Amino acid sequence: MSFLTLTSIQKSFGPVQVVKDFNMGIEKGEFVSFLGPSGCGKTTILRMIAGFETPSGGTIQIGGTSQENLKPNQRNIGMVFQAYALFPNMNVADNVAFGLKIAGKPKAEIDARVKEMLGLIKLDHLAERYPYQMSGGQQQRVALARALAPKPQVLLLDEPLSALDAKIRVSLREEIRMIQQQLGITTVFVTHDQEEALSISDRIVVMNAGRADQIGTPYEIYNRPSTRFVASFVGTLNLIEAKVVDPATNRITIGDQGITLREPLGAVRAGDTVSLALRPEAGSIAEGAKGDTALSGEVISSNFLGSVIRTRMKVGESVISFDMFNSPGLVPPAVGDVVTLRFTASDLLIIRE
Amino acid sequence: MPFVIFVTMFLILPTMNIIIGAFQTADGSFTFQNIIDLQNGTIPSSYWISVKISVASAALGCAIGFAMAAAVVFGAVPGWIKSPLLTFSGVASNFAGVPLAFAFLATFGPVGLVTLFLRNNFGIVLQRDLGFSILSFWGLTVTYLFFQIPLMILIIAPALEGLKKEWREAAEVLGATATQYWRMVAFPILFPSLLGTFALLFANAFGAVATAIALTGSSLNIVPIQLYAQIRGDVLGNPHLGYAMAFGMIVVTAVANIIYIWLRIRAERWLK
Amino acid sequence: MSIWARIAGWAALIFGLLYFFVPLGGLFEFSLKARRGVYSLDAYASVFADPQFQQTFGYSVIMALVTIVIGILIVVPTAYWVRLKMPWARPYVEFLTLMPLVIPAIVIVFGYIRLYNTSSWLPLTGSVMGTNILLAFGYTILALPYMYRAVDTGLRTIDVATLTEAAQSLGAGWATILGRVILPNVIPAVLSGAFLTFAIVIGEFTLAALLDRPAFGPYLQRVGANKAYEPFALSVIAFAITWGCLALIQLVSRFSKTAPRKA
Repeated sequence: MSFLTLTSIQKSFGPVQVVKDFNMGIEKGEFVSFLGPSGCGKTTILRMIAGFETPSGGTIQIGGTSQENLKPNQRNIGMVFQAYALFPNMNVADNVAFGLKIAGKPKAEIDARVKEMLGLIKLDHLAERYPYQMSGGQQQRVALARALAPKPQVLLLDEPLSALDAKIRVSLREEIRMIQQQLGITTVFVTHDQEEALSISDRIVVMNAGRADQIGTPYEIYNRPSTRFVASFVGTLNLIEAKVVDPATNRITIGDQGITLREPLGAVRAGDTVSLALRPEAGSIAEGAKGDTALSGEVISSNFLGSVIRTRMKVGESVISFDMFNSPGLVPPAVGDVVTLRFTASDLLIIRE
Repeated sequence: MPFVIFVTMFLILPTMNIIIGAFQTADGSFTFQNIIDLQNGTIPSSYWISVKISVASAALGCAIGFAMAAAVVFGAVPGWIKSPLLTFSGVASNFAGVPLAFAFLATFGPVGLVTLFLRNNFGIVLQRDLGFSILSFWGLTVTYLFFQIPLMILIIAPALEGLKKEWREAAEVLGATATQYWRMVAFPILFPSLLGTFALLFANAFGAVATAIALTGSSLNIVPIQLYAQIRGDVLGNPHLGYAMAFGMIVVTAVANIIYIWLRIRAERWLK
Repeated sequence: MSIWARIAGWAALIFGLLYFFVPLGGLFEFSLKARRGVYSLDAYASVFADPQFQQTFGYSVIMALVTIVIGILIVVPTAYWVRLKMPWARPYVEFLTLMPLVIPAIVIVFGYIRLYNTSSWLPLTGSVMGTNILLAFGYTILALPYMYRAVDTGLRTIDVATLTEAAQSLGAGWATILGRVILPNVIPAVLSGAFLTFAIVIGEFTLAALLDRPAFGPYLQRVGANKAYEPFALSVIAFAITWGCLALIQLVSRFSKTAPRKA
């Protein structure tokens, strides 16, 4: 059994079911992100683990112990909130010491642990500051130290980076990951930002309408999205409508261009429509390319985005975007040009609902 | 600017005049004698009663107003009650004055509604059995509470709403019980607001004249009543002693208000 | 929320509501008891028949209206000017307007009596008219904190600087800008300040009594000392007027909130 086990978790608020039959095991020391749009149930699951919400059904076990009858203050869990939630009447050291004081630890031990924690987040010099005297990034680091100080079994992070500036967001998420690995603490991280989830997780749970659409490593989630929702929510993705010509040979057409897929089409009939996915970064322009790994179309726009140039072209009824890395010698395609995009066979994915 | 002239003529100068008068002898020379003379006769006792009534009505107003505001803000009672209660408090907190005195006379006076109700149904006579008279210290305190409680609700409700839900949850996951949360987090955060509002309520009660006069006539020897009598007929025998009394009132209310403002700034700094 | 917290919450709320409504009920009930054994409106009839009631009440209404006019004339241009040209002065002006909450009314009127008596440089208390003016000015001071706050809040919701520049570019003078551009835009705020002023002035006792003017507040107190049921009927009337005014403020502020705001 996993260290943190969620079995058949359900949660309804009145008639609205926000979490539907959720199952997952999280290993000790693992960093798991819950990724999804607002209202998908990811925060609700986090709050059920913390004990702020009671599941309508199912069980939560941590280290083999059922949490059912434990109040939040009996679960030994660390939590970091989106809005920092530092106690405004206490300075940094007192905030970090709060959980230890509650636990009745001797003063010497508290002082040592606070010092250690402040060292961990590199804010030793601000121990006497009050929250209102600090930046958001600093406050959130203190909140992290406060959550970690009592050595919790599990660390819960509820969109801890959403309130911060873009630059600090990136540096703090790297810091969080480093500290997490250093301490080897089991961590659940809730976010709506796919880049965040991809960059720091061991595994990602993509949530949609109360269910887990896909659970997998960042690599799997990005490269092999199992549903249309996952494919469209994680990264930018071209969804291409294709018509089945012959299910036996995996032959399809996109507009008037025929392609034989490497992946088997499965149970479809000739004339059916299937959705294919292609990442914008998967292709490159190669004039004259032909066959099952090339598509031609007319350029309808070309946008300069700094490091890349994103071009949109029309193929049949679908619009396909693709990115080219910017370099001084590059001549971007002009609107109206007909270009050919080449990709590898494994980049073209069949999306099954 | 007309505003400055107006305020100077009808607010600043009259007040300054009283303050200066408090430090003058009859022929205009400087003296501390008036302030020293405040220790004589009935004046110290009137200040003392005034302070006691103000403290009692401010403390009770804080306690009851806090309980009511907490009940509404923390959802112990249905949410729709909040808006009408705050509106009502805004109205009632402005309601000091003569009519208020009559309302309480009609309720707790010798033949008032509650007095008769207790006597006819329970055989309790307020004055005899409970030692309560509307014309006494407690009577005035109870009457002042009518505008003190709403004022407290009005000021403390936003402060209670400023207590973030996350603070409670953060304390909880760190192992704190509800009591520990209140003792170590919520109460210290609220403390400046509470103390500040107490100071404001104190000043509010200390300066209330009309209610006191209408309710007790001159039977209760509090500062505003004594000052009123002095202005009407120089009962102290020395006009400058009157100025000194008025000066004392300003000092007391000013100190209370300064405490209020200072603590409020502190509280707002935290809750930014 | 535990059951005990709920019970405690309800207990506090019910206690408080009883505290507010029992005295009002007691007052109303008492005012109806003028005739022995039955409820009647005798006290009210007697009150309305009293020529002094009509006189003092009329006097207080007029004083209230005069106070409101003076208040608007002083507060609106000041608040406007401070917002537009002297933002640095705002804390000072605000401090001044809050002073009447700190200095008890009885002290202010004491100062008036000393400063503007018959032997002073400006003997306002020497004549009836002068005393009336002094009383109106005093009321304006008492109402200043409420009036200023209301108007200033109203001004905050409109873009004073842009409106002024727009009006100036169309050739309007200062009087036109204030009277026809700014004032109409802060009417709801001015009205709520005015109603509050009205409520304060109608029942005011201290200033009127010590300046010896025949206003409603002192009359109420005098009747209270001499008659049995009439003062209670008068108090009900005073309450009704005050609550009416304050209900109007609520109405006005709600109306101005829902009305579409034009830029």
